[in-house]
Amino acid sequence: MDEITITRHNELVDPVMHIYGWEIAVYLFIGGLVAGMMIISGYFLFKGRQKEDLCSCYTIPLMGIVLLSIGMFALFLDLDHKLYVWRMYTTFQITSPMSWGAWILILVYPALIAGMLIRVPWFMEEKFPVLKKVSEFINVTPGRVKAIGIINIALGIALGVYTGILLSSFGARPLWNSSILGLLFLTSGISTASAFIHMIAKNKDESEMLAKADNGFLVAELFLITLFIIGLLSSTQVHQDAAKIILSGAYAPVFWVFVVGLGIVIPLIIQYMAVNHRIKHTPIAPVMVIIGGLILRFVLVYAGQLSHWTKKAFLE
Amino acid sequence: MARFGMVIDTKKCVGCMDCVVACKTENNVPEGFNRDWITTDVKGTFPTVKMQIRTERCNHCDNPPCVDCCPCGASHVHDLGGVVLVHHDKCSGCKACIAACPYDARFIHPDGYADKCTFCIHRVEQGMDPACVSVCPTHCMYFGDLDDPNSSVSKLLNSRKYRALISEAGTKPQIYYLD
Repeated sequence: MDEITITRHNELVDPVMHIYGWEIAVYLFIGGLVAGMMIISGYFLFKGRQKEDLCSCYTIPLMGIVLLSIGMFALFLDLDHKLYVWRMYTTFQITSPMSWGAWILILVYPALIAGMLIRVPWFMEEKFPVLKKVSEFINVTPGRVKAIGIINIALGIALGVYTGILLSSFGARPLWNSSILGLLFLTSGISTASAFIHMIAKNKDESEMLAKADNGFLVAELFLITLFIIGLLSSTQVHQDAAKIILSGAYAPVFWVFVVGLGIVIPLIIQYMAVNHRIKHTPIAPVMVIIGGLILRFVLVYAGQLSHWTKKAFLE
Repeated sequence: MARFGMVIDTKKCVGCMDCVVACKTENNVPEGFNRDWITTDVKGTFPTVKMQIRTERCNHCDNPPCVDCCPCGASHVHDLGGVVLVHHDKCSGCKACIAACPYDARFIHPDGYADKCTFCIHRVEQGMDPACVSVCPTHCMYFGDLDDPNSSVSKLLNSRKYRALISEAGTKPQIYYLD
């Protein structure tokens, strides 16, 4: 027997940590989704696809701004000292992924706005005539549009990776403590963004291309999940115990069924058949990918808080 | 440069919780929260049972992950003795420090900011011991400068076997337990 009794009951850490709820999971999901949208839109701009009238690069930035604002509002809801949120912007802490994230988010907005202004949205055109001049300035040379594309790709990668590093930098929580999380969240973000844009794209070529690309991203995601698990299982006892939370413990059913099964494998099969013209494209596979991406964040946020260096009794 | 630390003799600690009461009184720790606490660790099967009682708190680590992860610069290392503290008016309540601490030593104060043991720095600056150390009826707690070879804490660590809690997490904790 190894029994530990503690005369402490600090809510948030006892008996197990539960500091992060749905707000953080939703934020990490939306952050990844917007990161993926920026990378895809940036790629389209880089390739000069803005010449196509129906290119998604005209709709993605505005949607990205709205979605990211919802995500940041969820993040704000999670803060316990809300009136002091501005303190994040009076300093830059180089060792703090959250500080990096706060500043990356500040840079992401201008990049999305610049992307949006390549062609001013119709409902803004009349109200803000100055935007048209900005748009004309951007469109003077194709190089400027290309530059906006590259900036969107770079910041999209930074945003997507940071959402994973945010958790992986917490050495005290063994399940999170894998740098694979940065790449996993980035890949999951690009995958969910591909699924999302595949559904809303008005250009058929783009829609088809993103379905094909998403199959690649889903395979990459499976590969990264495998590496993540191998990394934990070949590490110390506490990391092995942490991996068991999602492999066979409390969060195993939801991880295997909703993240791996319904979130990756099944939509991959459906989408593979659709791009090979054996079945018609339907929103089923992309919706499954998007929900799978959301549940991935929920599982990792919640299961990671169960993992600990000494509190083994709560892992089963 | 001083490096403050604590040495706790687990052979003397009886778990009376005087240190807990002293801390709550000295630091106005709100109801339902603790900056220090008693852990009872029982190992083995009857009749071969081992029990250790110890008082725990923030370990004021030399490599504090709570300071590294703080996005606001609120968690910081104090100039005096390397004590880890929180500027309440810089803290946004993001809880990153709580996630980063392997000892679960931090909590969110009802006013919204992250809070924890300060080694009673306000007393230490006046030459006194932290409240918990000063009230211990079995004198199982020792506070002092680990960099000073003549301090009581350094002498104890030179003469007795000791260990720190979860040192494998790599945070270099500065509270040592004599076994």
